[in-house]
Amino acid sequence: MSEAVFKADSVPVLAQGYRFQWEPAQDCFVLLYPEGMVKLNPAAGEILKRINEKQQTVAELIAELKEAFNGADLGDDVYRFLEEAHGNSWIRAE
Amino acid sequence: MATAGSEQNKAPGSTGGATGMNVRDQIKQPLWLLAELTYSCPLQCPYCSNPMDFAKVKKELTTEEWISVFKQARAMGATQLGFSGGEPMTRPDLVELIREARKLGFYTNLITSGVGLDSAKVAEFKEAGLDHIQVSFQASSEDLNNLIAGTDAFKHKIEMAKAVKANGYPMVLCFVTHRQNIDQIDEILDLCVELEADYVELATTQYYGWAMHNRDQLMPMKEQLVRAEAIAHQYQEDLQGKMKVYYVVPDYYEERPKACMNGWGNIFLTVTPDGTALPCHAARDLPGMTLPNVKDMSIDEIWNGSDDFNKFRGFDWMTEPCRSCDEKEKDFGGCRCQAFMLTGDATNADPVCSKSPHHHLIEEAVAAGIAEAAKPVTEQKPLVFRNPKNSKKISGL
Repeated sequence: MSEAVFKADSVPVLAQGYRFQWEPAQDCFVLLYPEGMVKLNPAAGEILKRINEKQQTVAELIAELKEAFNGADLGDDVYRFLEEAHGNSWIRAE
Repeated sequence: MATAGSEQNKAPGSTGGATGMNVRDQIKQPLWLLAELTYSCPLQCPYCSNPMDFAKVKKELTTEEWISVFKQARAMGATQLGFSGGEPMTRPDLVELIREARKLGFYTNLITSGVGLDSAKVAEFKEAGLDHIQVSFQASSEDLNNLIAGTDAFKHKIEMAKAVKANGYPMVLCFVTHRQNIDQIDEILDLCVELEADYVELATTQYYGWAMHNRDQLMPMKEQLVRAEAIAHQYQEDLQGKMKVYYVVPDYYEERPKACMNGWGNIFLTVTPDGTALPCHAARDLPGMTLPNVKDMSIDEIWNGSDDFNKFRGFDWMTEPCRSCDEKEKDFGGCRCQAFMLTGDATNADPVCSKSPHHHLIEEAVAAGIAEAAKPVTEQKPLVFRNPKNSKKISGL
């Protein structure tokens, strides 16, 4: 595994050309990009929804998710997802 | 959270081996709408997939008719909209169509030669919500590019590619390769690096429409392909994380057919300039097509209820060797149009498949291309360029 891209003070943003939206026909959040679409699972959808809504640090993002999901500690999952999403070129770190 | 998402357009996806696909709730709804806005084009590329008789289409759909098509397809769940042609830039209402499509929630793709585009328009489209512009090139060098495109367009294309990048679009460059330009693949890729392309599509010519007519003159040699593929893979490796290179393998040199359109009436919906709805842009020439038109029927009726769209859904229509083949859910028997063009029967296996009793037709076509290339240049057949004059002449209009 290569070195982690995201740290607590990184700000994840959607990569250029990617659009995040809810698709009623698919009943899930999706990422759209040139000539393609990725259907997101609910957890990925919740994280990307927040990344799409406003720019904030990973620490703030985790805190917000914790609050939204009854205090569950999602830190590891969030970091894992961010690295995976970065590997897929969906997001970048600012 | 091991898999956060599934790619919809890359994987064909199993339809569950359903029989009786006419049952409406078993039909997948369209994800991709290709809007061929016009057959007008300032270029004359001899590998164009437009029908030979395009000159016969006089009346294009109006702005309102196109917007109605967009609304209907979007309501059915389509997310990708491609503005194509011909050259979509020749439609004066293009910016309005982009605005409406984007408002509906489509990811909007403009597929253009770059001719007719200028920096102001690139910015105007951006403001209207266009998501992506794909600029197609014919070759990396000015001379060959202009020869193949039948016009003097290369410098302008380079400028437009730069304008696309400057306006914050993801840059997607598309090169259609064939015998006469494939040896320039390294120059093509260097040009893409120089232009800071995000995605590069190296697509080998597929033989439909005008390309079929010019097949002997376009067919690449095996050695050319081996070299091109090795170079493409080298660039893929070297540019990982910077530029994505898609190399589309030419099916005439394959042993198994492509999963054409990801299955008939499964994902793709093409609407042609006159409003004919097709499961793929080459399907107009298949026999027995009813060619439903968006002016007479709703997209829902066409997609779910028309004979055309149900014709090759599922597996019941298949003949042997496809019918009992364990790979049929992977490639759907290949391309119906290619099966018809080469074997005369659209229900046959795509002859690209080595299991097809007609596979020799593919080998003969490759051999004919090689024989043509071996002739002295003065004796080689000239490329027939795609223009209204040739269209009328060849189609007897």
